[in-house]
Amino acid sequence: MNERVYEIGLTVNGVPRSATAPARRLLSDFLRHDLGLTGTHVGCEHGVCGCCTVLLDGDPVRSCLTFAITVEGREVTTVEGLADPDGTLSPVQQAFQDSHGLQCGFCTPGFLCTVTALLRDNPAPTEAEVLEGISGNLCRCTGYQNIIKAVLSLSRGVSRTAQENGAGNATTQRGSGDHVR
Amino acid sequence: MTEVGTARKRSEDARLITGNTQWTDNIQLPGMLYVAFLRSPYAHARIVNVDTSAALDRPGVVAVFSGADLAGEQGGLPCAWVVTPDMVLPDHPPIAVTEVRYSGEPVACVVARDRYAAADALEAIDVDYEPLPPVLDMQAALAEGADLVHSDKGTNKSYTWVFANGDLDAAFLDAAVVIEREYVQQRLIPSAMEPRSVVCQPFGDQMTVWSSTQIPHILRVMLASVTGVPEQNLRVIAPDVGGGFGSKLQVYGEEVITLILARKLGKPVKWTESRSEGNQTVHHGRDQIQRLRLAADADGRIRGLNVDLLADMGAYLMLVTPGIPLLGAFMFPAIYKMDAYSFTCTGVFTTKMPTDAYRGAGRPEATFAIERLMDELAHELDLDPIEVRRRNWIKHDEFPYETVCGLTYDSGNYEAATEKALQLFEYDKLRAEQADRRERHDTVQLGIGVSTFTEMCGLAPSRVLGSLFYGAGGWEHSAVRMLPTGKVEVLTGSSAHGQGHETAWAQIASDALGVPFEDVRVLHGDTAISHKGLDTYGSRSLVVGGVALVGACVKVVDKARVVAAHLLEADASDLTFENGRFSVRGVPEQGMSIQEIAGATFAAHNLPDGIEPSLDSEATFDPENFSFPHGTHLCAAEVDTETGFVKIRKYVAVDDIGKVVNPLIVEGQVHGGLAQGISQALYEEAVYDVDGNLQTTTLADYLVPSASDLPTFTTDRTETPATTNPLGVKGVGEAGTIASTPAVVNAIVDALRPFGVSDVRMPCTPERVWRALQEGVAQ
Repeated sequence: MNERVYEIGLTVNGVPRSATAPARRLLSDFLRHDLGLTGTHVGCEHGVCGCCTVLLDGDPVRSCLTFAITVEGREVTTVEGLADPDGTLSPVQQAFQDSHGLQCGFCTPGFLCTVTALLRDNPAPTEAEVLEGISGNLCRCTGYQNIIKAVLSLSRGVSRTAQENGAGNATTQRGSGDHVR
Repeated sequence: MTEVGTARKRSEDARLITGNTQWTDNIQLPGMLYVAFLRSPYAHARIVNVDTSAALDRPGVVAVFSGADLAGEQGGLPCAWVVTPDMVLPDHPPIAVTEVRYSGEPVACVVARDRYAAADALEAIDVDYEPLPPVLDMQAALAEGADLVHSDKGTNKSYTWVFANGDLDAAFLDAAVVIEREYVQQRLIPSAMEPRSVVCQPFGDQMTVWSSTQIPHILRVMLASVTGVPEQNLRVIAPDVGGGFGSKLQVYGEEVITLILARKLGKPVKWTESRSEGNQTVHHGRDQIQRLRLAADADGRIRGLNVDLLADMGAYLMLVTPGIPLLGAFMFPAIYKMDAYSFTCTGVFTTKMPTDAYRGAGRPEATFAIERLMDELAHELDLDPIEVRRRNWIKHDEFPYETVCGLTYDSGNYEAATEKALQLFEYDKLRAEQADRRERHDTVQLGIGVSTFTEMCGLAPSRVLGSLFYGAGGWEHSAVRMLPTGKVEVLTGSSAHGQGHETAWAQIASDALGVPFEDVRVLHGDTAISHKGLDTYGSRSLVVGGVALVGACVKVVDKARVVAAHLLEADASDLTFENGRFSVRGVPEQGMSIQEIAGATFAAHNLPDGIEPSLDSEATFDPENFSFPHGTHLCAAEVDTETGFVKIRKYVAVDDIGKVVNPLIVEGQVHGGLAQGISQALYEEAVYDVDGNLQTTTLADYLVPSASDLPTFTTDRTETPATTNPLGVKGVGEAGTIASTPAVVNAIVDALRPFGVSDVRMPCTPERVWRALQEGVAQ
């Protein structure tokens, strides 16, 4: 018996898209394989690692725990939709690059989506709020130090927090002779 | 200003932060088929029958194969490191044929037009198993009459490997102090964020394989020898690869089967694992029982060390499984001087997933053992742990130093790194706080852990690998192609999966050739492009591959100099080369850039006799020695004596990795290494139940730490250049992992000393810490 399929239409990164898929198609697979938006990554398929995080009507969701058919008619933003149409990186993307907040980059799209929503909802998170906010995303490369640094660099409250707590982010005294461009 | 030494932001980030990447699982090809594997639910069982007929009738299914169906063509998975002549090396079919020996071992596969359809059809395969006893405990496995993993071999022992130097009996005779301990290195799951994935596309008799691998070149050779596809017809591509940490330094059965299916069916075939499949069947790391004896004088000077290891091989020997403990064999004496040393390792088969390289591979285990012992020695003699190390370590003016293992450490300055770490840590202040909390019987006690580590990396001098019976060399290759427009392509055999080669290699080439950083493109990870190489592991990329690049650049400049002399009508010896420009000495305005010379060699209108058109070169580098990074790591841990909860209060890492190409990348490598080493101490363990089923098959059960589980790291460096390569660099990829695990456990034990605790088994979960406290208090 062949599986029944459905036409699923939604708006992805501002563009109306549709494809045919069975009811059990995960949103992650729908984005990656039916719509060809491979910027969203699948790291565990059981909702723990956060690699597949996308914004659904602006809120971060695990696309691996979401059936594509349940988001019919709604608005999804993926990593491909974070930069401006002219290619200018979003502040979050720029901060991740500037702070070396990624290495292999596999977890990065999920972090970028999570942090985009985090900073929209709380433009001045403290370090504790940043830790809380990104703890649903796993990264195996960076030890999170530079991810935290990237997010705090965008926090409007960071300088105040850093002064109060005496430590705003990973403390690093580089050896002499280093030049930062 | 030179590029080398500059904290250049990474070029590769542009595609990674925009989703404009190519991971293996992204690849979709016309007519592509998808594979799913049926895996054994038993740790050990005889396969009586596999009935695939019902699965074939499922929608979308194209073919179904059992191990028996493929027995004639699937070959056996390779082990490249036969560590002793009598090593027991069992056959390892990619899909089990007669017996399964770990839970998760493949028993059949389905090929379908859709990934979901392939997974669905697995349930229709009927396998008749006859369960056999699991073999889970190494010590029991070696006992007389033990159940056997491989009954035809008559033993669960794979090998015993011995190294000894000096008179150990003399060292222990009349020694004032003898410390005897048994430590357990728990089994770990590497957990790269990108699951494994492989795609194979047949094109006539040519086969292109994309794989999420660290080792495209080695994989090509091995796939050719296993499948019989001639090497020249096989192209292996490692596109963007999402982390490895050793787990993708492997030739996996799924890679072999995907290639065989593509060849058999004449269609492109893809397999991507699920995380649960991966936790079960990506090779695991560590898993040793370490029995240690250390003899010292009353003043703390070490006389001798005896190491007796049991190393869990798992069910089979994979690519370098048996050799991993040997990489640690030479590292137990670490930075300390001693007269005698003996090392014995017995490799043991169990019905678990095979072990193999995981970040550090053998050296974290060794470093853990010796650094724990040094703290025990300090406690025994009532010395400060820093002082006992000072009395034993090699002093900075004693380099080069030949160790009791026969290694020659080229350079180091343990005093300087330790001094810097102590200052950053505010050691005396924290010791005072510790004394105060002890005095007050505070329920939260403070412990301070020390790890003054070194490690051998930069794998590896080919002659040394030969002497250890490893199946290949340890050199690396690079090529430089100057293009007609003066732009540069750099090829490297060492491919990246997060390390930032595309940036660091461009920095090196930019300096060596005097061309702008932006003009250099680094190509890697495709055997048809970077055609030679030995890939990425063992912190080798920069110290071997980077040095090969320097060699290739030197050759290009040498050739350009001859052409420049000809075009400038000067003698080559009269030319200076600075910032990419050749000029006649004393007449600086008379000159030409190397980029202009690239154009001239392309046109080839006016070349000196005997000079071939084009400006390019290649070089290989085979290191004469290993690289020996070192450093001092200090950890302050607060231990709640009521709950057993451990909180890392402060972590200071001062690493000496010699000269640095890109400080930003180096810092990132240290951060990630620390996270993994700390996580071994506190969180991670692959757990099998009494029947041999893996209990930690998801990321909810296997605790990869999140941001809130880790402390802030304070990192710094001292810089003692390596003397064995022209860049003066040492490896950094594994240092953080190697150093940090004992620093954390030493801190926990230090906090609990007043309660009679002398060890806590890793991972030091609240429950284990609490139980250790109860047992300590009871004594």
